[in-house]
Amino acid sequence: MTTKTTNATATDTTKSAATAPTPIIPMPPAAARAAAVTGSVVALVGTFLAWTWTEEFPGNLTVTGYPGGLQVLTLISGALTALFALSGYGIRGLGWLTPGGTNSPTRLLALGVLGTTGYAMGAISSELGGLVNLEPGAWVSGIGALLAVIGALGLPADQGYDRDESPNLWGRIRHSLSAPEPGRAKELPSWAEILIIAAGFGIGLYVFSYGISTEYSELFIGFLITAGFGFTAIMRAGLIKQLSTLTAKHRNVTMAAAFVAAICFPFTQSNDQYALIGANILIFATVALGLNVVVGLAGLLDLGYVAFLGVGAYAAALVSGSPQSTIGVQFPFWAAVLTGAAASLIFGVVIGAPTLRLRGDYLAIVTLGFGEIFRITMNNLNGNSGPDVTNGSNGIPNIPDLELFGFNLGLPHNVLGTELTRSGNYYLLMLLFTAIVVLVFRRSAESRIGRAWVAIREDETAATAMGINGFRLKLLAFALGAALAGLAGTVQAHVSYSITPEQYQFAGSVPPNSAFLLAAVILGGMGTISGPLIGAALLYLIPAKLQFMQEYQLLLFGFALMLLMRFRPEGLVADRRKQLEFHETGQLDVPEDKPLPEGATGVAKAGA
Amino acid sequence: MTTTTTTTTTVLDASGVTMRFGGLTAVRSVDLTVGSGEIVGLIGPNGAGKTTFFNCLTGLYIPTEGTVTYKGTVLPPKPHLVTQAGIARTFQNIRLFANMTVLENVLVGRHTRTKEGLWSALLRLPGFKKAEEESRDRAMELLEFTGLAAKADHLARNLPYGEQRKLEIARALASEPGLLLLDEPTAGMNPQETRATEELVFAIRDKGIAVLVIEHDIRFIMNLCDRVAVLVQGEKLVEGPAEVVQADERVIAAYLGTPFEGAPGKEELAEVEAAEAEAHSTTEGDAK
Ligand SMILES: Nc1ncnc2c1ncn2[C@@H]1O[C@H](COP(=O)(O)OP(=O)(O)O)[C@@H](O)[C@H]1O
Ligand SMILES: [Mg+2]
Repeated sequence: MTTKTTNATATDTTKSAATAPTPIIPMPPAAARAAAVTGSVVALVGTFLAWTWTEEFPGNLTVTGYPGGLQVLTLISGALTALFALSGYGIRGLGWLTPGGTNSPTRLLALGVLGTTGYAMGAISSELGGLVNLEPGAWVSGIGALLAVIGALGLPADQGYDRDESPNLWGRIRHSLSAPEPGRAKELPSWAEILIIAAGFGIGLYVFSYGISTEYSELFIGFLITAGFGFTAIMRAGLIKQLSTLTAKHRNVTMAAAFVAAICFPFTQSNDQYALIGANILIFATVALGLNVVVGLAGLLDLGYVAFLGVGAYAAALVSGSPQSTIGVQFPFWAAVLTGAAASLIFGVVIGAPTLRLRGDYLAIVTLGFGEIFRITMNNLNGNSGPDVTNGSNGIPNIPDLELFGFNLGLPHNVLGTELTRSGNYYLLMLLFTAIVVLVFRRSAESRIGRAWVAIREDETAATAMGINGFRLKLLAFALGAALAGLAGTVQAHVSYSITPEQYQFAGSVPPNSAFLLAAVILGGMGTISGPLIGAALLYLIPAKLQFMQEYQLLLFGFALMLLMRFRPEGLVADRRKQLEFHETGQLDVPEDKPLPEGATGVAKAGA
Repeated sequence: MTTTTTTTTTVLDASGVTMRFGGLTAVRSVDLTVGSGEIVGLIGPNGAGKTTFFNCLTGLYIPTEGTVTYKGTVLPPKPHLVTQAGIARTFQNIRLFANMTVLENVLVGRHTRTKEGLWSALLRLPGFKKAEEESRDRAMELLEFTGLAAKADHLARNLPYGEQRKLEIARALASEPGLLLLDEPTAGMNPQETRATEELVFAIRDKGIAVLVIEHDIRFIMNLCDRVAVLVQGEKLVEGPAEVVQADERVIAAYLGTPFEGAPGKEELAEVEAAEAEAHSTTEGDAK
């Protein structure tokens, strides 16, 4: 492990000898590393002191000896910075932390400490009125963080420049945060690899539940800063890459681990409000994954996708037994689900059949139109401007809670000693549907049909010349996507008690709308499974937690999307195919022993 | 037109194929047959209408007039049905599925020869796995045949140019065609690669697949083709054995641009040009 680190430094010195990237702040490397370690430890120690004098600032930062609220975040990122900086010394047992870059993650983490601490100090001063409200502890942490950042910026870059021209300051900063790809991880026994995967998901679940249950927006912002820098840092360190190599090798284990982690979530939330956020994220994420069939696989830009969620929800609401339903029947849940999915599917075919002959922008505009037509029609079927089917803008309220196998989802239940709230129940029900959609996505993507979709996305003319019936397959993608959204809609109707046309807009402040769905897919990564799930979680969680910026939400959202497209156009999770760009460097050519993903799992299992 | 072919059966029979774009007649009443086991060349100056003729054969364009018959049945002008019937093609401007792997590209080519639908994929019905494996085996065979097996997992867009052309051929072969249409398969290749492609085309013929090839490299045509047809300004000028065609002075004239007997008169040329200019300005929008 230590040899790996020395290898890395060896290569980077040879590289830097050729192109000599100077640190942002020139100083001797030894001094820089010492400063980074000292600074982060000082910042860490500061969190044990009081940061302010009054409990008026949320999270109680007045206690000495017991970090709370935002201090915890500084503590965690300070500790991580120290660890990564120490790993740069080649200390035994820390080498595994940095198979890729060493100094760039240190830099990112140090910036994270400064960001969190600086934000906390700023928030305290501005909320309580002035810097006088800061106790010495805050200054200790702040100065420590600053020292750590200065030290970290003095560390040499992890790799030389690609080209020999010397870039400007911005280019140098970006370069100093980049890192080489990690080498192949040492082969571990299967059980150890599976344990690592499980640990990865455990940490993921912990971070996610922490984020959801942050009680005040200051803490959530601090969480975002810490998590953002922290995640980028471990990515630069090469840990994400190595983990994804493992998950690609044990795909079924990974799916199971993800599923188990997701099942655990409601048991970590005793507050129904947070469990509800979880349930809504799942609904949003599931619909986004359905949209990913249409956009990510088949390449059909659908700007009215939320209408299919609406069709499913309305269908389920009408047969739910709600006293306000104009039909007034009560189907058992499974029948309601089938009704919702079937209604959506039919709607999808009806809309798709005439529109899918269009390509590109034309299709986008027509689907946008149909999405709005759905909403307006639901508004107009109110007995005045049309037959009374949907109660117009009043929607269908009082949708009764489900009762499955004698288990009333509307009531809290005690399961294994923890209280499962109403939203927790629905979360678990929705999780089942998410799992179904994940399975459908995966299986259809890895089949003759999925390949035909991708071929159409890549080049429709060539695809038809290869014998693919373009129209039929596009319609199939459209209909499948619609049915999946309808499926989610049937649960959504019950979770939200009532449905109204205004829930199904093109763009609005509450996430499941067409624009946000598309954003979740693009932000997360088109054509992947985890991408839209992560994208949807972020896009739901951030506005839900930062209520105070409701008015600016769309503005900030647009801004964030622009930044993303500029710096990471492939989305947070890169498609497996995009990862294959790796081949361009020829790195994987020699040891490549997995001709096909499935084949690889089979081989690994047989070998185990 | 009056060549005596030694072949037994006719695979492709195009008769009277005409393609007009507005005022421009890109292909004018072209007849062409390809017999089984034959390699037929189609040559002509740039803009002669060769690619357009291919597009008419494969259903990408609906010919204004004329019919295309494959092994006795008239082909509907739908690309996927043409491929299903047994005609596969490559493109002059390489049109691979750039973000799919080499193997996946070939698997897509097998689309018409496999039946597994969405339900089969979702429920993983009994036949699914077997069909997938069979397809993979067939695709790998083809990659070995074209010499791309080692790169099965690479993205198509990362292949060097010559290999992209080979991959297009492999992908076309995956649809198990009876006739393969190659549109300038050696464009942009160096002499060695061109030689290798010649070998490949012979090997394809030896598999019992008839080949119709558009090419500018006259050596390539001479080595390869049993019969050559020359297209000039949308019309078939001559057809016959390669040596005969090469020696034909009308062909030389067409390529070099010197006037010859029976050449279109000045006013005719001007007329065509005017029509072309008009067609360009009016059809610019829907050209793609
Ligand atoms: N879709 C189209 N619309 C209008 N004109 C076209 C179209 N396709 C081809 N043409 C015209 O047909 C003529 C023949 O083109 P093409 O078949 O590509 O020639 P070749 O392949 O022999 O070089 C050209 O003048 C071209 O501009
Ligand atoms: Mg051409």
